[in-house]
Amino acid sequence: MSGDSLRQRMNRVRSFFRRAPLDADLDAEMASHLEFAIEENLQRGMTLEEARRKAMVRFGGVQQAREVQRAARGLPFVDVLGQDLRYTVRTLGRDLGFTVVAVLILALGIGANVAVFSVVNTILLRPLPFPESQQLVWIAPPPQKCGLSCATYSADAYEEFKAQTRSYEDVTGYEAFTSPDNYRLTGRGQPEPATGMEVIGNFFEVLGVQPAMGRLFTAQESRAGAHPVALLAYPYWRRQFAGDPAIVGKEIDLNGTPVTVVGVLPASFDFGAVFSPGSKVDLIVPLILDHERMEGNIVTMMGRLKPGVTLGQAQAEANLVVPNLCWNIKYPQSCGSYVNKTGASIEVRTLKDYVSGRLRRSLIVLWSAVGMILLIACVNLSNLLLARAAARGKEFAMRSALGASRGRLVRQLLTESLILSGAGAVLGFGLAWGLVIWLAHQGSLALPLLSTLHIDGEVLGWTVLIAVVAALLFGLFPGLRMASGNLQEALKDSGHGTSAGRRHERVRGALVIAEVALACLLLVGAGLLLRSFLKVLEIDLGFQPDHAASIKVEYDDSAPADVARALKRGEIFQQVIARVSALPGVEAAGIVDYLPLGPNRAWGTPVPQGKTFPEGAVPGPLVYVCTPGYVRAMGMRLHGRDFAWSDGPKSQEVVMINAAAARTYWPGEDAVGKVLMNGKDELHVIGVVDDVHASSVEAEKGWQIYYSVMQNGPNDAQLVIRSRVAPGSLAGSVMHALRELNPSQPAAEFKPVRTIVDRANSPRQFFMLLVGIFAGLGLLLASLGIYGVIAYSVTQRTQEIGIRMALGATRGRVQRGVLARTLWLVLAGIVVGTLGSFVAARAIASLLFGTQPTDPLTYVGMVLLLMLVALVAGYLPARRASRINPMIALRTN
Amino acid sequence: MGESKLDLLQGTLDLMVLQTLAAMGELHGYGIARRIEQVSGDAVLLNQGTIYASLVRLQQRGWIDGEWGTSDNNRKAKFYSITRRGRKQLAEDAAYWERLSAVMRRVLSTGNRE
Repeated sequence: MSGDSLRQRMNRVRSFFRRAPLDADLDAEMASHLEFAIEENLQRGMTLEEARRKAMVRFGGVQQAREVQRAARGLPFVDVLGQDLRYTVRTLGRDLGFTVVAVLILALGIGANVAVFSVVNTILLRPLPFPESQQLVWIAPPPQKCGLSCATYSADAYEEFKAQTRSYEDVTGYEAFTSPDNYRLTGRGQPEPATGMEVIGNFFEVLGVQPAMGRLFTAQESRAGAHPVALLAYPYWRRQFAGDPAIVGKEIDLNGTPVTVVGVLPASFDFGAVFSPGSKVDLIVPLILDHERMEGNIVTMMGRLKPGVTLGQAQAEANLVVPNLCWNIKYPQSCGSYVNKTGASIEVRTLKDYVSGRLRRSLIVLWSAVGMILLIACVNLSNLLLARAAARGKEFAMRSALGASRGRLVRQLLTESLILSGAGAVLGFGLAWGLVIWLAHQGSLALPLLSTLHIDGEVLGWTVLIAVVAALLFGLFPGLRMASGNLQEALKDSGHGTSAGRRHERVRGALVIAEVALACLLLVGAGLLLRSFLKVLEIDLGFQPDHAASIKVEYDDSAPADVARALKRGEIFQQVIARVSALPGVEAAGIVDYLPLGPNRAWGTPVPQGKTFPEGAVPGPLVYVCTPGYVRAMGMRLHGRDFAWSDGPKSQEVVMINAAAARTYWPGEDAVGKVLMNGKDELHVIGVVDDVHASSVEAEKGWQIYYSVMQNGPNDAQLVIRSRVAPGSLAGSVMHALRELNPSQPAAEFKPVRTIVDRANSPRQFFMLLVGIFAGLGLLLASLGIYGVIAYSVTQRTQEIGIRMALGATRGRVQRGVLARTLWLVLAGIVVGTLGSFVAARAIASLLFGTQPTDPLTYVGMVLLLMLVALVAGYLPARRASRINPMIALRTN
Repeated sequence: MGESKLDLLQGTLDLMVLQTLAAMGELHGYGIARRIEQVSGDAVLLNQGTIYASLVRLQQRGWIDGEWGTSDNNRKAKFYSITRRGRKQLAEDAAYWERLSAVMRRVLSTGNRE
């Protein structure tokens, strides 16, 4: 008969909601029952009094029968829960101070956890926002010193790879050398800059992205001579074209060419978020491979694996195919150039790993840090509840004496914990929501997928989960302790100086030690990350990012012959630089095609004249094409001479190289005046400049070579200005000067060079800041915990202190006693925490920069900070203790 | 009061109520309680009040019906009667009890009691 049938369950629910009529029915039934019983007893000859008494005895308690029947017919669990809830709300309302503090602590702990979880979930846990995204792989050579050019493939290599492999449904890629604002949208008032990405025609088919409107590219549109077309990114369509519903099929003017809009990409697709964090892409155009055959390595490769093909199989096949790849199939000697003789030639990894793999460790550290915050919050709450438990011991003993079972009491206490953590979770969820919205709009933060950050069902589920876990963590222990208390002891115990009180205090002390130890771990972690960040800021970048700004310059050097183009270009640039240099406040100006810390490229492997190097020992240096003045405008130190406007297309070809390259080419000699051979071309070295951090602030420096704009074609033109005044104040006058020379100069962003460096450092700064905030939070919670325990023990010992003062103890002595106890607790916590930190710091060693995991300064700082905070937290109760008036203390109980 | 003991009592009481109604036809709560006491020779120490938990349970399961009516001596009372499903259940449960008690008897008589 056990186990309710469906019918009975439904009846139970129905009964639960029809409580009053069912109770009335039962009352009537019981009344008639008793009347029958009394009548029968009367017939047996009892007096009315006796008959009634007997009937009641046999019936066995009307109220009890009512309760048993209610339990049998309704939902007893819900009934009890309702009672507990009402009771909890009453008790918590009575102790408003405690409730507010507890909910706030929990809100901070849970809010931080939810916000970090949504970041971790977005970047690390959730699959990429493409269908069957686990099949998508990134195919590239392993990282090398020569930057993007060594991480990409030529048009021919791409086509060969695609043709010779069997593991993929399809292989695609995009042009990796696009710089921001590479297009100029005209025909709508002021020319507007736009960033366009060139992708191989099948790009969206491989990713599985469908347009929100219109269509994707056709095969025809990726061939030479096709009419130019473009797909608009959703936000660009909304912003620039006011969400024009009839945009598909319209022509827009890009760089003076009419381009047909064939579609609008869905809002869920953000090219920058996935492939180039921290930048925005406005439109996508088809890459015409036929135009790129002589351009060298320009495309990244990615593919969609066929179902059932493993990463290992794809890797094995790629290894076999690499030797067959040619830089250009017309030059047989270029075949096999993708084989790396000193290591792996090609790496196939999941796209997910490419996008977020390197953030894995940082995010896990962040997650652990925030988990520790929750732990500290729970320990704090546990402590607060224990203090309450001591005060409520009698209440529970009374309830227990009145028949409440131990299980029921624990349940009551857990209900309280759940209500507290529930309220904390609601508040924390709101906090996290705000934080997530704010983070999603941090466009300058170079973290992948950040713009797709949002609150969803998973985040909500996580909130509920941690709220429940937190409630169990901080509620179960005090609950069990309280319920296990000896009833008579509790009723008799006046609460002062008894053994039970001491035991409570020991437990609370242990909790404070745990709290301090956790705060210790957080502080050491944050300290090490902060030291690393400061070290990164100290790095000599090879240029001076402050007092410099850059802006993209539009120019037209179209001419029938290369020499004519070079001369025309030189003339335009010379004019621009002369004009801008004449502006008040400008110290130096120059033009380069690629700025540091952005895209870069390499071509050729020049070797010193008359020297031979083993193959592979001299990789191709990164190539920059610049004007005279650029080196000075960037604040790079130069040995030798800068380019001059006279270094033209017909004069001797001159180059500058960086110090690292000079050391490799001519170890121990002065490179200036020496000659590099690039094939048959003689390159005369006229200057040696500092090593510039080209692709990342923290990576090792590679080789760099600088060519003159009039001897080699730049890919782009970034005007760099060094100023005496704040560079931002020059934006207007520089733009005015550029527009005067070239009316179609778009309103490109005038970007301080510092922001480029900041963006490169932003992930490190982001993690350092968050861990720092969490450490601060942990410190605050720990100090609250210390204060709570010490203040409570002072209150408990008021009488004792009063006696001691009456017997002659001085105020100072009492104060010192309280402070000493505080320091002992904190010292114990610091010892445990330091030991833990040594282990934890080793685990984050790979995230540190120029800082040892055992960095003494960090540890000493952490100890001093904790001691200071502990002293403050202990001083307040100590002062209160010393102000105790012995007479009052002894009289009150 | 252990939970398992209560469960066993419940089940037993439910079966007794069903059997009583099957044997006696319509009866009110007091009548059922008295009947069980009489038949068991007052060996069951019954808190009469608990019979109402059993009655409501059996009603919810659809094994008995309850209807307010008037008794022989003109008192209002709720009269219970067994349903067709109740009879089926009674047959099943009775067979189960019989088998169980037979098995128990056998086990207890062959066991080595010391």
